[in-house]
Amino acid sequence: MKKKPSTLVNMIVSLTLISGLAGLCLGAVYSVTKDPIDQAKLAKQAEAIKAVLPPYDSLCEPQVIAVAGGNVTLHKAYNGAEWVGTAVNTFSKQGFSGEIRLMIGVLPDGSIKDINVLEHHETPGLGDKMDIKKSNFSVQFRGKNPATFNLKVKKDGGDVDAITAATISSRAYCDALQRAVTVAQN
Amino acid sequence: MNNNIRTLTNGLLKENPIFVLLLGMCPTLGVTTSAINGMGMGLATAFVLMLSNVFISALKTQIPDKVRIPAFIVIIASFVTVIDLAMQAYVPALHGQLGVFIPLIAVNCIVLGRAEAFAAKNTVFSSLLDGVGMGLGFTLALTLLGGIRELLGSGALFDHKFIAGDGILIFVLAPGAFIALGFLIALINHLRRVK
Repeated sequence: MKKKPSTLVNMIVSLTLISGLAGLCLGAVYSVTKDPIDQAKLAKQAEAIKAVLPPYDSLCEPQVIAVAGGNVTLHKAYNGAEWVGTAVNTFSKQGFSGEIRLMIGVLPDGSIKDINVLEHHETPGLGDKMDIKKSNFSVQFRGKNPATFNLKVKKDGGDVDAITAATISSRAYCDALQRAVTVAQN
Repeated sequence: MNNNIRTLTNGLLKENPIFVLLLGMCPTLGVTTSAINGMGMGLATAFVLMLSNVFISALKTQIPDKVRIPAFIVIIASFVTVIDLAMQAYVPALHGQLGVFIPLIAVNCIVLGRAEAFAAKNTVFSSLLDGVGMGLGFTLALTLLGGIRELLGSGALFDHKFIAGDGILIFVLAPGAFIALGFLIALINHLRRVK
């Protein structure tokens, strides 16, 4: 078949058709994948909450609290009527590159149960050791109560052993923790 | 038949998009911190390359010359968005790692380059073969580069640790990508000359 000449009408018709069809296809794919995408996000969140809290049987509606620079979300967990802890979805903007989001389990007495990294863009091999999959950095916070454990790296006069060669990432981590603890206490 | 085989194997070595054509350097240097990342990115690009080659080749007589580039880009970008959504839905973990690089397939020179240089001039079937060949060549190159960087940088391959400790950290960082790629290209140029 001969190639269509580049007349104005031909150009308009072919571009319109191609864009229109592409739009239709994308709409169809979006509607098919929307549910699985939402579910994957929820599942990831639920898994993180479960990992940082003691066993519980029901969760309160998430409570979104606006703080300077963004939102912190509280998920209160109950076992029967007893409050067993709060999972706090917190953030820090002081990371080496981009935002860091952590899920922190805070027990009723105010101590930290466990911490899970939801999102970070730190340097592979250095700052990414904040993730429990890469190193034991986050283990030092387990069972610590911020009332007696100063959430600052030792260089800044606190009690936290920073990740070697990643002081900025460690500071950001502590910044996120401090924010979560402050919000959870109020 | 011979021609078809040549089209298919062209992308694997003789005209490998990374080592010989030097196209698509951005994702190559960016995502190859581990073998599995390189492979995921390579396969996603191969998928887009195949589909866009087929569609562009099938539509080539219907697209007037003067608007071919925008038409190609719309087609390519649609396939990229499809695979982006599909990965978010069905393999969220891999999508989390490849992150921003998936949408960037749309501006990958290889995809538009093959559309313009091959699919717009050849039959649907040979364009499909070209897409498969080039895609596999790209995947091979990215997996190789990712494997080398992972091995040297963290002493592991496909997440299996071989040595305790950290390895040569620079290979996981951005400069390591340039160094490893440089040596690989030098090696391949040497082999080609010997042949």
